[in-house]
Formats: sequence, structure tokens, C-alpha cells
Amino acid sequence: MFDFSLAQARDALRARKISSRELTRAYLDAIEKLNPRLNAYITVTPERALAQADAADAALAGGQGKALTGIPLAIKDLFCTEGVRTTAGSRILDNFVPPYESTVSANLLRDGAVFLGKANLDEFAMGSSNMTSAFGAVENPWKRRADATAVLVPGGSSGGSAAAVAARLALGATATDTGGSIRQPASFCGIAGIKPTYGRCSRWGVVAFASSLDQAGPVARNVEDCAILLGSMAGFDPKDSTSADRAVPDFAAACARGVKGLRIGVPAEYTMDGMSSEILELWRRGLGWLRDAGAEIVDVSLPHTRYGLATYYIVAPAEASSNLARYDGVRFGHRENGEDLRDLYERTRAAGFGAEVKRRIMIGTYVLSAGYYDAYYLRAQKIRALILRDFTNVFGRVDALLTPTTPSAAFAQGENMEDPITMYLNDIFTVPASMAGIPGMSVPAGLDAQGLPLGLQVLGKPFDEETVFSVAATIERAAGFTTLPAIRAGA
Amino acid sequence: MALDPATVRRISGLARIRVEDSEIPAMQSELGRILGWIEQLNEVDVEGVEPLTGAAQMALRLREDVVTDGFYPEKVLANAPDRAGDFFAVPKVVE
Repeated sequence: MFDFSLAQARDALRARKISSRELTRAYLDAIEKLNPRLNAYITVTPERALAQADAADAALAGGQGKALTGIPLAIKDLFCTEGVRTTAGSRILDNFVPPYESTVSANLLRDGAVFLGKANLDEFAMGSSNMTSAFGAVENPWKRRADATAVLVPGGSSGGSAAAVAARLALGATATDTGGSIRQPASFCGIAGIKPTYGRCSRWGVVAFASSLDQAGPVARNVEDCAILLGSMAGFDPKDSTSADRAVPDFAAACARGVKGLRIGVPAEYTMDGMSSEILELWRRGLGWLRDAGAEIVDVSLPHTRYGLATYYIVAPAEASSNLARYDGVRFGHRENGEDLRDLYERTRAAGFGAEVKRRIMIGTYVLSAGYYDAYYLRAQKIRALILRDFTNVFGRVDALLTPTTPSAAFAQGENMEDPITMYLNDIFTVPASMAGIPGMSVPAGLDAQGLPLGLQVLGKPFDEETVFSVAATIERAAGFTTLPAIRAGA
Repeated sequence: MALDPATVRRISGLARIRVEDSEIPAMQSELGRILGWIEQLNEVDVEGVEPLTGAAQMALRLREDVVTDGFYPEKVLANAPDRAGDFFAVPKVVE
């Protein structure tokens, strides 16, 4: 049962070889067994899941199967789910039950999906390790070969989503990416994940972090499963003013296209000091696979890449400081009483937000404050324009880019935590695509010497996820990545 | 670079986040370090570059100016920490 990919489970369900109730029950049992250790889910909704599974079985019996009918998924706890507590990984929302459903999760329900529960994440999606969640850290199901006792992080912010998929506690999951929060955890957990073009998925009902960067996407076991999920999640939504009014292509069909005749760029700037030679070697191997499949490899330059991360740490906190102003203890969420209204606000926010969220709100408030706006925020927006210009120039010559997803494999809890900037460096290869709004996908491509998964990142032109899927699927086929994590359902 | 205590207090006040005296020194150095790291952006020549506000690269749509949603106070107030009738309740603002 746990060996089925999402596409295989869909086919088995349609052929009535298995029922959604059996499948859902198996996943719920696995969650009950493994979640106390992994903490990938904040909230599990068994009754709701089984009711959805029964409805799916009835639909399938009547020949009414849709794209995801009966498929059990995890939903990142940043997507508002009607009647099911949605925390954003924060104490300030620990009692928040949305009276509405996010557009992305509603699209999945429309297509017949079963929701197992809400996946853990860094608080307000701010983090690269899932260590900032108010609901506890998530354990990466992978283990170092030489040290099975070390508890590794799953990456972040979509750490619960990625760990759940890797440990086979869901067939796929929703995730969100603001600076790398889909791609980095996918890489750390040995699974696939795509951040589509900004505007491809509606942000309506997704708890906002940095609105000009936030974008929803799927994580799943393989590239095709991601394509199936994105096909359901994506689509125009009048309720999101930045939603793109464009038809959703057949992403799954694009996976089979191949790369013959495509030009793949290799950006010179995607390296950093202290990066392991294994990752450089894997990158070279990935380029070799694409060349063997008929692609032409082209050296390119994205000169402003090196400023991406610092630019991000102005733009994202600035937007966050504005977005998170709504958490004031008045209309919803946690409240601390105070002497007067201002004191209520200040005590509520001091008690409700964790250290990293406060840090980013403070940075954002500072860079937007009188006298600093031009020096920080306006300058960052200009550099953001230069980062986009780099990509636009390069995409005049190539169809897609190949880079490593992360500068290292998964690290252990406690590592990289002594200084916020060390943690921020995790996103050095993922942030530029977020700044430019272009699609990016991480695909598992190999193991390091410790036996931990490493991902390669495919970047594409705006709204050309199809090419991203075809390149990623080609790498996936060539890599033949079949290793499974030590901790998983059915093991 | 470290921020001075008055600046940390000013920012936390603007951000409406209560900061205890004991937390100030750590914030001074942490925020200062991040802002110091960001200084690297000063070496980029941005002369004549138009700022990019978002990744959408599109003009925002206009919609009909009509009410399309609402009229369910119970739903709106369902998560309120405190309410009085169909209103959110807060400590007294005006004496």
C-alpha cells in the first residue's frame, strides 16, 4: 500500500483494486504510529478524512473519479481549512478555526482529495529548519549512515509537509515557498517539490508572510506526482488580485516530453565558500544526464545572484512586518490582557510571536521606518529589478537553468543555530528565483557520503512550468533515485 | 554594528511588540548584525534602476464595485477573543 506513488494509487483506486477507505486508514494508522516521533502533523483529522474517503469511494463506484479522488494528502498548516484549526505554526493562532477554505485547498477538495491533517511548519513560514514552530521541531526521517542517533532537520519552512511525504505519512502535500520553503525541505527529505510562477496558485486563504513572494506549490514523491497536484492547485482566482488569468496546462503530460534540443544554462554564480565537492559533482552529473538526453549545456552568468539573499532579508521582513500587523489580539487568535489597548497589543504580540518572527518584524519595521526607507527598502527593490533583469537576459538564450538546490545536505537540530545569518544562508540558491517570481523545482538526484539526499534545482521562464517538469523528470529518470529514508511507514 | 537601546525601543514600539529590559542587549547585537550584513547592498550601482515592487509583473485588475461577500456576523466574530453583541470588544479607549 505505501509503495504506491500518487499516480499509481489514483490508477489503483480507479480500477477499484483498492478503496480510498483502505488507503486512508493505512495512512492514518501510520501517522498514529510515527507522528509522535516525527511531529510532521500539528493536527490530524481522522474522522473527516474517513468521511472524505467514503465519499470518494462512492464517487469512484459511480465512475465519477476526478484528478485526485480518494488520494490522502497533508495540508501545510498555513492554508486555512474551514472548521479545522489553522495555526501557521504560531502560538498567536493556536485557537484559530477559519470560517473559510483557502482557494488552493478548495481546489484539491473539488478534485476529490482526502485531507489527513495539517502539516507542521516554521512559525509563519519563517525558517529553514522547522525549528521555529511553536508546536515543536520536526524530525527528518533520513539518518546519517555513521550516526543514526543524530536528529536531522527536515528543512523549512514546509518541513512537516516534506517529512510527511518522505516518511510516507501522506501521498503528497501542499507547501508554500517565499524564499525556498518548498525546494529546500524537498531537497533535505529526498522528495520532489515545485514552486510555480508567482500568480499560478491563488494566495487567497493562505496565511500571508511576504505577499510579493509567497507562492503555493506541491511536494510529492516524484516529479509526475507534483505535476498532478499542481494541476489541481493552480488556476485563476478573482479573490487574489495577483492571481494569473491563464489556462492551466497539462503539467503531467509535460513530464514525458524530454529535453531534446533544449538549451540548459549553468549559472557561474551558484557556488559558495564551504560548499561540499559532492554537491558540485552531483551538479556536473546532472548536466551530463541532460546532455545525454539531447540538451545543449550553456554557460551563463547571473551577476546579481550574490545580492539575492541580502535583498530578500529587506523585502521579506518589510512585507511581513506589514502583513503580521493584523495579529493584535482583537478579532481572532491569542490575546493577552493589558492596561489599555496599546498595552494589549504589545503584550499579545510579545507572548504570541516566537523569537524569529519578532526579529523579522523588527527588521521590517526598521527598514520601512522614516529616514531608512530609501536606504534599505527602495534600494532593495531596485536590486530586485536587477535580479529579475539577469534572469530575463539569460532566458533569452536558454530554456531552463540547472543549479544545486541547497549548499549542504540536511543538518542536525542545533547546527546552524548560533547565528540567524548562518541559517539564512541555506536559501542562497533558492531566493533569487523567488525574487524574480520564476518557477523552480527541486528533484532528488543523489546521496552524499553520509547517505543523505541531495537535490538539484531546475529554474524556468515565467509560466513555463512545463519545461521545468520535463527537465526535472529527465533528471529523475537518469538519477534512478530509489533510496528510502530509515523512518517510514511500511518499513 | 550594534543598534543603540533607544533605537531598539523605538522599533519595538512601532512594531507594537513589548520588549523587556533584559531582552534589549541581545536584540541590539542580533538586529545590528543582520543590518550590518545587509550593508553589502551599498556596493551595487542602482543609478537609474526602477524599483520592482512585485513579481507578478502585471497591472492589477479592476472589478465591479459591488458587494460580493458578507452578512454573516456570527462567522466573522466566531474567533473573537472578546465580543459585545455583534462587536469586537477591547479595553476602554476613550474615557
